[in-house]
Amino acid sequence: MIDWIWGLAGGLLIGSAAALFLLVNGRIMGASGLLGGFLDGSGRNNMAERLAFIAGLVVVPMLALPFVTTQTNLTPNLLIVIIAGLLVGVGTRLANGCTSGHGVCGISRLSLRGIGATAVYLLTGGVTLLVFRHILGVI
Amino acid sequence: MRIIFSLASGALFGLGLLLSGMTDTTKVQGWLDVFGAWDPTLAFVLGGAIIPMFFAWRLTEGRIPKLGGSFPPKPAPVLDRQLIVGSALFGAGWGLAGLCPGPAMASLTFGGIGGIVFFVAMAAGMIATPPLRGWVDARYRNA
Repeated sequence: MIDWIWGLAGGLLIGSAAALFLLVNGRIMGASGLLGGFLDGSGRNNMAERLAFIAGLVVVPMLALPFVTTQTNLTPNLLIVIIAGLLVGVGTRLANGCTSGHGVCGISRLSLRGIGATAVYLLTGGVTLLVFRHILGVI
Repeated sequence: MRIIFSLASGALFGLGLLLSGMTDTTKVQGWLDVFGAWDPTLAFVLGGAIIPMFFAWRLTEGRIPKLGGSFPPKPAPVLDRQLIVGSALFGAGWGLAGLCPGPAMASLTFGGIGGIVFFVAMAAGMIATPPLRGWVDARYRNA
């Protein structure tokens, strides 16, 4: 019951972060785009901005850790972790966005691409759970 | 200034992901697991995040960003194959591990070896995408 209150509060923070990045820096807050453009060099004219964003995203949760109880509960099966990571990396770069870029920033703009992308990744995510958890029983 | 606000925005994003429970893969997989113990938390997170952004987009109309430049133009309303295939692959990976790029970075310092392995694989996939796309395009043209 308390989970959805934290979800809503955290969601409002995420949306505020995206609003700040948009209204001040004039940029879309998309995690995969900011990281991907940094890694493949396509974002070479704003590398410092990207690095600063990533630094805040990585370091601040660590500083907050003493005040919260959290676990990632990631599967211990490293083969699944590697396959999942590769799929997420290739998929988000091909689609040019992930849950933050297409989901948060795209849907709120009523962008067809954001809404379409979100519908597709929710669908394949749901099918993946159905197949790999309930039929094959591996996750 | 751009760097300070980028840092602040990343920090706020990370706190939001942590607070909302999105760094916990069981909550993400629970949302996608419609046929199991369904967990609606993610809907509140996404809904909560869309609210400030809905107003932010309204505020961009007829204005420019505080630090200059211009707002990103709205993309043409086209659902191309790359968007659909990419989103489909992303959704499959997201379902398998319960991590997407934001939470993968936010949990990097406390997600253990598995979290680091996921991040490295994701980064490798990102770096491999432009050449991979070039190769597929070349094959497709020749076929």
